[in-house]
Amino acid sequence: MTNKIKGPSSIKTYREAINDALRQEMRRDPRVIILGEEVSGGAGCEGQDDAYGGVFGVTKGLMPEFGRERVIDTPISESAIIGAAAGAANNGLRPVAELMFFDFIGVCFDQIFNQAAKFRYMFGGKSRTPMVIRGTVGAGWRAGAQHSSMLHPVVTHIPGLKVVMPSNAYDAKGLLIQAIRDDDPVLFLEHKIMYDLKCEVPDEAYAIPFGEAAFPREGTDVTIVAISNMVHRAIQAADELAKEGISCDVIDPRTVSPLDEESILESVEITGRLVIVDEAHERCSLAADISSIVAEKGFSSLRAPIRKVTAPHAPVPFSPVLEDAYVPSVERIIRAVKDVLGA
Amino acid sequence: MPYDSAFLLRAYRTMKTIRIFEERCIKEFEAGNVPGFVHASNGQESIAVASCIDLSDTDIIGSTHRGHGHSIAKGCDVIGMMKEIMGKATGLCKGKGGSMHIADFDKGMIGANAIVGGGQPLCNGAALASKTLGTKDIAMSFGGDGSANQGTVLESLNFAVVLKLPHVFMFENNGYGEGTGANYALGCDSLADRNRAFGMPSEYVDGTDFFATYEVCKRAIAHARDGKGPFAIEAETVRFDGHFIGDPQLYRGKDEIKLAKKNRDCIKIFRDRVIKEGWLKAEEMDAIDTEVIALIETAVKEGLAAPNPDPETDLMADVYCSY
Repeated sequence: MTNKIKGPSSIKTYREAINDALRQEMRRDPRVIILGEEVSGGAGCEGQDDAYGGVFGVTKGLMPEFGRERVIDTPISESAIIGAAAGAANNGLRPVAELMFFDFIGVCFDQIFNQAAKFRYMFGGKSRTPMVIRGTVGAGWRAGAQHSSMLHPVVTHIPGLKVVMPSNAYDAKGLLIQAIRDDDPVLFLEHKIMYDLKCEVPDEAYAIPFGEAAFPREGTDVTIVAISNMVHRAIQAADELAKEGISCDVIDPRTVSPLDEESILESVEITGRLVIVDEAHERCSLAADISSIVAEKGFSSLRAPIRKVTAPHAPVPFSPVLEDAYVPSVERIIRAVKDVLGA
Repeated sequence: MPYDSAFLLRAYRTMKTIRIFEERCIKEFEAGNVPGFVHASNGQESIAVASCIDLSDTDIIGSTHRGHGHSIAKGCDVIGMMKEIMGKATGLCKGKGGSMHIADFDKGMIGANAIVGGGQPLCNGAALASKTLGTKDIAMSFGGDGSANQGTVLESLNFAVVLKLPHVFMFENNGYGEGTGANYALGCDSLADRNRAFGMPSEYVDGTDFFATYEVCKRAIAHARDGKGPFAIEAETVRFDGHFIGDPQLYRGKDEIKLAKKNRDCIKIFRDRVIKEGWLKAEEMDAIDTEVIALIETAVKEGLAAPNPDPETDLMADVYCSY
């Protein structure tokens, strides 16, 4: 990565970086609370408190430090969780709500898109809804159709929501701090396959502004835009292609709403070729969205048709062999890059 | 003798099949042969069997993420289930579903469900279809104590009363919604009382007692089948394993599981009762044990040997009926 880190830092996992951001913001601002299912775990049980710290262990250790008043284990009631977060945000708190699996927005979508997203506009700019919804996305855990979706296109579609999809620990910390400090509802989507990925992360708190892409690889032949876990596959593809003398410019938008259109258009101006990699289905996806932006605003730069590498138009299958075929692979990215180069 | 021996042997065989199936799933998961998230129902067998033993293939059940026991009790093929859990092409759902998404419509099993509170609304629909079509079939939804707090479930309870649907809501209270105590997450003192407040008969039963659970289910099913509307049951039970296989269960009390296995094992309680009453002989049940162990062994062997799906043909199959 190209992050220039000054000051003390340490190697942290994606999971630890998110935990770090939550802890530092909770220390800084007493209005920040966490609520969700098993964000601590063990409520009303005879055994240990903080037994889970979230089902993936992301919020571990926060309840012992901040108490159950600020790290709230809820019943399994997603509508109530998100509604309470939105109402609390309107009334002086800065809640971070957790949807254990982002697929569960199906249960509470009204509170997200009809309520939280619309308050600011519908009430003539009078309200603020400074809430964050953290949720795990993505395939790879063999978790089946109802625990593996990539639903970011669904929420990216909605005005009033911001959508953040960090691909590494450094970005996760900086973007989550920004999300907590942001006055709008932010969906912070963590790809569950990345929790153990490590990189260097500053110890101090820092915020990464929304709408600013990162550039993990710079190149001149083909632009590859990839998000979330796909960034790593795009980097792998770019490194493979570099051995064959093909130079790829890999862009990680980091936030998909707002989206750093400018960086994408500037890159395509140089390369003239665009491959977009997105783990969501292709129809009405982020890949389709970026493709349309470039076709509309960067048409004169294009020297080849845009190629999208996405999941197929099917739910996520359970069987490992099918799931592996479902998620865009490094090979498919390489093939798409060669296609747009006519190679 | 209030129960004939064929009935008792069938109940025992089914409970034991579930127990051995779940214990083997845990073993196969640990060996790396079962991918994904698996939620075992060992300890809760008596409820699944007491609920389903009188149901026909056209009666409907809707299950949960912890659904292996319900599936077996409703008559799903255990070999097909094992193959499914292993993600194989010849599994009950062609390897597309896995442990959390087993369904067998021929057996009236309309699906395990990985969304807590996903099944109860669907069972209302099944009950509505039965009522509208006049089939006399009933629907039985399974849910945990955790699901009782989900909005979809609370809506469904009221909805079933309003439309007078033939739906038995079975709440298996194993004391834990995932890793949170039911004592904490249920704001009321009694789930059975809360369900009754929706305007339907509602009973509490010790779910580790097969016979008590069976008698409540019998009344509930008759009530629904007679067109008197929904019925709710809270059956208290014990989850012998974690929320999911591999759950370290730090939230559980010291020796809690050990003591539960000793004192609240529904299969042990069943065996002791039928022997004490002189209804069955230990040897009859031991013979069943041997057969069940062999059956599950076969299921695992066939599961491991079964072919994987073929991405070329299977990945995009069955997204739609036609497109």
